[in-house]
Amino acid sequence: MASLLSERKETMRDIFGETLLQFSQEDEKVYIVDGDLANSTKIDIVAMENPQKFLQMGIAEQNMLSVCSGLAATGLQPWAVTFAAFLSKRAIDQIQVQIAQPNLNVKMVGGYSGLLTGLTGKTHQSLEDIAIFRSLANMTVLAPADSVEVKKMMEFAREYDGPVYIRLARDPYPIIFNEDYNFQIGKAVYLKEGTDLTIISTGTQTSRAIEAAELLQEEGLSIAVLHMPSIKPLDEAAVVKAAEKTGYIVTAEEHSIYGGLGSAVAEVLAENKPTPMQRIGVKDLNSESAPNEELLNKYGLSVSHMADVIRIALKK
Amino acid sequence: MSLSTKVLFNKAKQARRQVIETVHHAGAGHVGGPLSAIDLLTYLYFNEMKIDPSNPRDKDRDRFVLSKGHSAIALYSVLALRGYMPTEELKTFDSLNSRLQAHPDMNTLPGLDMSTGSLGQGISAAVGIALGAKLQNKDFRTYCMIGDGESQEGQVWEAADIGSKYGLDNLVVILDYNRLQQFGWNGENGKRKIPLTNPEQRWEAFGWYVITIDGHDFQDISSAFNEAREVKGKPVIIVANTVKGKGISFMENAYLWHSRVPTDEELTNAVSELSVEG
Repeated sequence: MASLLSERKETMRDIFGETLLQFSQEDEKVYIVDGDLANSTKIDIVAMENPQKFLQMGIAEQNMLSVCSGLAATGLQPWAVTFAAFLSKRAIDQIQVQIAQPNLNVKMVGGYSGLLTGLTGKTHQSLEDIAIFRSLANMTVLAPADSVEVKKMMEFAREYDGPVYIRLARDPYPIIFNEDYNFQIGKAVYLKEGTDLTIISTGTQTSRAIEAAELLQEEGLSIAVLHMPSIKPLDEAAVVKAAEKTGYIVTAEEHSIYGGLGSAVAEVLAENKPTPMQRIGVKDLNSESAPNEELLNKYGLSVSHMADVIRIALKK
Repeated sequence: MSLSTKVLFNKAKQARRQVIETVHHAGAGHVGGPLSAIDLLTYLYFNEMKIDPSNPRDKDRDRFVLSKGHSAIALYSVLALRGYMPTEELKTFDSLNSRLQAHPDMNTLPGLDMSTGSLGQGISAAVGIALGAKLQNKDFRTYCMIGDGESQEGQVWEAADIGSKYGLDNLVVILDYNRLQQFGWNGENGKRKIPLTNPEQRWEAFGWYVITIDGHDFQDISSAFNEAREVKGKPVIIVANTVKGKGISFMENAYLWHSRVPTDEELTNAVSELSVEG
């Protein structure tokens, strides 16, 4: 059986930088705001090729996000780009009081989200950003699964008048979507049908969920994969429907099990359709710096761990 | 609009009276900081800023950001005097569904140019607004008031750095230097320590143009804003020496009046000190 995952891998931050350059050239309102990480987040392409649209704010995230609030108040559309860890924690009061509460048109992009941040360890990993952003009124929270979806989400964000948070990954991921994929805010996407259990996944864990489902298919298990690119607003109807259809839900995210997609799904199910479920994510632990595969294995985010969880769930 | 010093003085007195009455009515709010800020706010809204209360969302209007957002009642009082809302509306301060939130909310009341309340953030937003004006070749000017206690927030100095790096000569920050904060440090002889020392040297070191004035003297205030207009290539900070609780004898220089609500008797005494001269 052919895999749903393309053999071609692309890096989200590359397409992100290129698309942002294009936006900055097409739209006079778009400005790119950096916190001195442009050559990591790949917005350095804007600094080099369209420097008048690139605003360096230095290593001072709190000021950076408040400045974006002021820029937006004059009618501009700033895109604030830094690591997810700093955006979601260092500057969160500024984001809440000056961007989310006044509902200003600031786009916030956290590069290097999750656990796999390139040997930088727990200070630079971001396992809480979904939980934090999801709790802010007016906030939209998005996590793409591949670089095609990154671009589609950016196109949505550009047209949408209000604050949006997008979490990106550092390293390459297999392409899942083709170019005519239609990203819709608040809509889940069925990537694989199945009858025994549904994995609801977001961001980088979606390609691992597909891998796990395809692995289990060979063992005779029928596992659905429901990708949730829009964590807020959440496609609650799709969650309930998946629970009705398969009777068991496993969530998968490169994030803490507290407050992220797993929690969001559990909230919906508990109130609408109580269903057995398991959350796959980083447990109540501080992580460390190590190569990607070793981190995935140790912190329970690997494909084989996901498959094990599902096998055990279906034996009960 | 350009009012005489005498008219400004009376307007400010009226604004002070509205602050005390509103805080008494609401049973909550701040007093000391609003009273130290109110002469500067009165001047800004009556004599300095290009604004039109009947068109408060005009894209080319001058902007004001009250970074020390807990002095909101002072701003509301002046906005009411200036015609942004009926004076009667001040009675809704702090109450459910009111446009006059404890801290300024730009979404509720047209005339508020930025939401503030968490200290240190307003000045950064003012930097963003001034930068936005420059990027769009707009002529409007941006004004921002910070507190001396607020200046303990590191973000103030992040904003100082960026304001200077982008040469924002369309930005004027006013430091309400009233020398008291909510509690602060024990000083000598039962006094409190000054929240911020050497503001002029600090701002100058960050590359700002510094003007020092008496923040209750309308002649001083007027010449400072006129001087600020002539400055090119760098942002301006006006270090305004003020008195916390200014205008009501028993509230002046007393940190306990930072956010105390006057009793009925205190209200009567305060109002008697604020009768407007003809």
